[in-house]
Amino acid sequence: MSSLERNEASISKTSSSFNIDFKALGPFLALVGLFILGTAINEAFLSSGNLSNIFTRAAFIGIIAVGATFVITAGGIDLSVGSMAAFISGAMIVVMNTLVATLGAGVETVLIGVLVSILLGIAAGAINGLVSTKGKIEAFIVTLGTMGIYRSLVTYMADGGTLSLDFGVRGVYRPIYYGDVLGIPVPVLVFFAVAVAGYVLLNMTPFGRKCFAIGSNEQVARYSAIHVDRVKTLTYVIQGLCVSLATIIYVPRLGSASSSTGVLWELEAIAAVIIGGTMLKGGYGRIWGTVVGAIMLTTIGNILNLTDAISNYLNGAVQGLIIIVAVFLQRGDWRRKKSK
Amino acid sequence: MTDAAIDAVHPDQQAPIRLSGRHISKSFGSARVLFDVSIDLRAGEVHALLGENGAGKSTLVKILSGYHQPSSGELFLDQAPVEFLDSESGENHGVILIHQELNLAEQLTVEENIFLGREIKRGWFLDKAAMRHEAKKLLDQLQCDIDPRTRIRDLPVSDRQMVEIAKALSKKADILILDEPTAVLTGREVEILFDQIKRLRKQGVAILYISHKLDEIKDIADRVTVLRDGCLITTQPVAGLEKDDMARLMVGRDIKQMFPDREPSHAADVVLSVRDVCVDGQVRDASFDLRRGEVLGFAGIVGAGRTALMEAIIGLREKSAGQIERNGAPIQINSLQDAKKYGIAYLTKDRKGSGLLLNMEMRPNLTLLALEKFGRVIIDRKAEEAALEAAIEAFDIRAADRKSKVGDFSGGNQQKLLLAKVMETDPDIVIIDEPTRGIDIGTKSQIYHFIGDLTNRGKSVILLSSEMPEMLGLSDRIAVMAAGCITGILEGNDRNEHEIMRHATGISGKQGVSVHE
Repeated sequence: MSSLERNEASISKTSSSFNIDFKALGPFLALVGLFILGTAINEAFLSSGNLSNIFTRAAFIGIIAVGATFVITAGGIDLSVGSMAAFISGAMIVVMNTLVATLGAGVETVLIGVLVSILLGIAAGAINGLVSTKGKIEAFIVTLGTMGIYRSLVTYMADGGTLSLDFGVRGVYRPIYYGDVLGIPVPVLVFFAVAVAGYVLLNMTPFGRKCFAIGSNEQVARYSAIHVDRVKTLTYVIQGLCVSLATIIYVPRLGSASSSTGVLWELEAIAAVIIGGTMLKGGYGRIWGTVVGAIMLTTIGNILNLTDAISNYLNGAVQGLIIIVAVFLQRGDWRRKKSK
Repeated sequence: MTDAAIDAVHPDQQAPIRLSGRHISKSFGSARVLFDVSIDLRAGEVHALLGENGAGKSTLVKILSGYHQPSSGELFLDQAPVEFLDSESGENHGVILIHQELNLAEQLTVEENIFLGREIKRGWFLDKAAMRHEAKKLLDQLQCDIDPRTRIRDLPVSDRQMVEIAKALSKKADILILDEPTAVLTGREVEILFDQIKRLRKQGVAILYISHKLDEIKDIADRVTVLRDGCLITTQPVAGLEKDDMARLMVGRDIKQMFPDREPSHAADVVLSVRDVCVDGQVRDASFDLRRGEVLGFAGIVGAGRTALMEAIIGLREKSAGQIERNGAPIQINSLQDAKKYGIAYLTKDRKGSGLLLNMEMRPNLTLLALEKFGRVIIDRKAEEAALEAAIEAFDIRAADRKSKVGDFSGGNQQKLLLAKVMETDPDIVIIDEPTRGIDIGTKSQIYHFIGDLTNRGKSVILLSSEMPEMLGLSDRIAVMAAGCITGILEGNDRNEHEIMRHATGISGKQGVSVHE
């Protein structure tokens, strides 16, 4: 074996720690930019009330988007999350309203509602996952189908109208959305906990590693003794669980569910994931990027509320523009690195 | 001796230099891959570029054709400085590179590919008739009998290569760079390609030719440039150079012993015994025993069912019948996970498609198959780093930067990494499918010695290979397959090319029953 020219270049292995990863920092820098812009437009932007408002609203999309990060990293997609959220909200309300008659409007009723939500989330995710893996149908098609199914189920349950939560239960349930711990709103705490758990799961465990592997090349994953179908199904279950958590926080906010609940949430969640730097084709995902992406999307809406320069009705247009620009910048960065 | 070799004795040293690179250096990030390399391509000359995997050949030709920009150094076209901003500007100057990995649109037809981006038009519309006619003419020139209307995905790789060459011809290439064009061609196709190269040379085209096959270079090239570790070693006429000389220049040392010394073990225990395994339409009644510490070769022509049989044994493919025994006890293997449990590992021949995650760095690739070893709940990164350190040392993986994606590695380093990945599971039985495809001679020899080390440590190896020298040089016994059946297991003096061919073609041994009934 040649000892002559053995691996002289291995000296360079330390050099990478000096490189600042601009690709990873990009979303953070953009968020800082947005915050500076917001403050310049209106000083009230940085008030604790406004910030807490931004983070609380970001929590819904953010929690769902953390789940979406797993699905997308493993090369899948879930279009059904918005409908799933509406369906789970509706089912929770129906269950809790029914229980009022027997259990009364107490904590037990809410807990059972929460349990139902979690079970439904897991089941809905498992259906998406199993049908796409075992049935060998594109996830895009499967979740497009379940998107329609969950949406029409909630419309059916509400008989075309609105399902309203019993007022007594609403009083008991209220602190989940409006309460706080040490001044931090509960939804923000849950969002943070989900993000930390998601980060650990995606980046530090064998399961997360397998998601990356499957997303980058399913064939290689299969030849590496990975249970590809099982791991992929689990990503959809995680997604369902995240939707259920977001719903549990969402229901006390409005106290109702209708066919228009959660409309377009799937696109906002996917947008948050992509802005955060996760690759839509799979193989690379970043939880913190997703968190920042969700906060960015909410911040844009918030800034538009604080200024008269652009109509609030153009919120969607500005968000769309930001998504495209964010992805363009990421790709530009990647190209430059590659051809250096 | 071919006329090419006769021509090569008197290369026209006075022919004008068409394209030259002077003092070319190139770095990718912190990794330098080329150091001050200069090369001249003369009109009407076949110039061979030789070097081990990772020597910098591909980088050099990509710079010469505009795919990469040099970090320093200059290009000259007809003695005048020139800068190729991209491959298109290179092609506009008549410099065309045919890649090792072919660049054809699989869903388009042959004619559409040949004229891709340069479609012949009549007014606003495509002139399909003219393109078909031109495509046919180009393919006829190459004596290539392909219908221009065939879709690329329906063509075998060798025909695709011909389409690439037809495409280059249609672009009026006067400086043609071929990156390992014969790696996927059969003997007859290589002859046709060489005829074309000679014809182009006569027309004054300057040709740069990359190959690992030293015979070919003796055959076709006038001059040869050797690179090693990114440095120019020499440029000299091929005439007067022997194959051994070229190998020594490439590797930088004598390859004294291509194959490891091994003590065949005739009396060792049987560790794996395969009985009457069938795979629908591919394998019929395959039976064999594998002993501790032996290399059992599997020879046969492409499509004989060797890979299908191995995939059935390790649970990647469904068996329609048959039993497997491990150390005398019957076992059930229904998935790769089962195979891993029983200490059987499989090294795929498709290292890019099913072996390695090309968009990732080495560490996750190395540990992917044995992930549970690095922590069931949380992956222990330090242990992973340590394993990588050990693997780089043990398998002599020469990566410029540990953080770079393995897709940027040379084939040899990828193969070593794949071997390291499989060995992380510490298997007792290793099934290796085509261990040295597209790999240079120095790395090949290293891999042979790794295989030798495995058997010396009491592991058993099943070797699938299309390369006769490695089959004969490594195997203790050779099972030959034809049409889905094992037609014979050759031992001792029967292990020779002649017997293998007789069994592989079904002339002797157990008759290969047609399984496509």
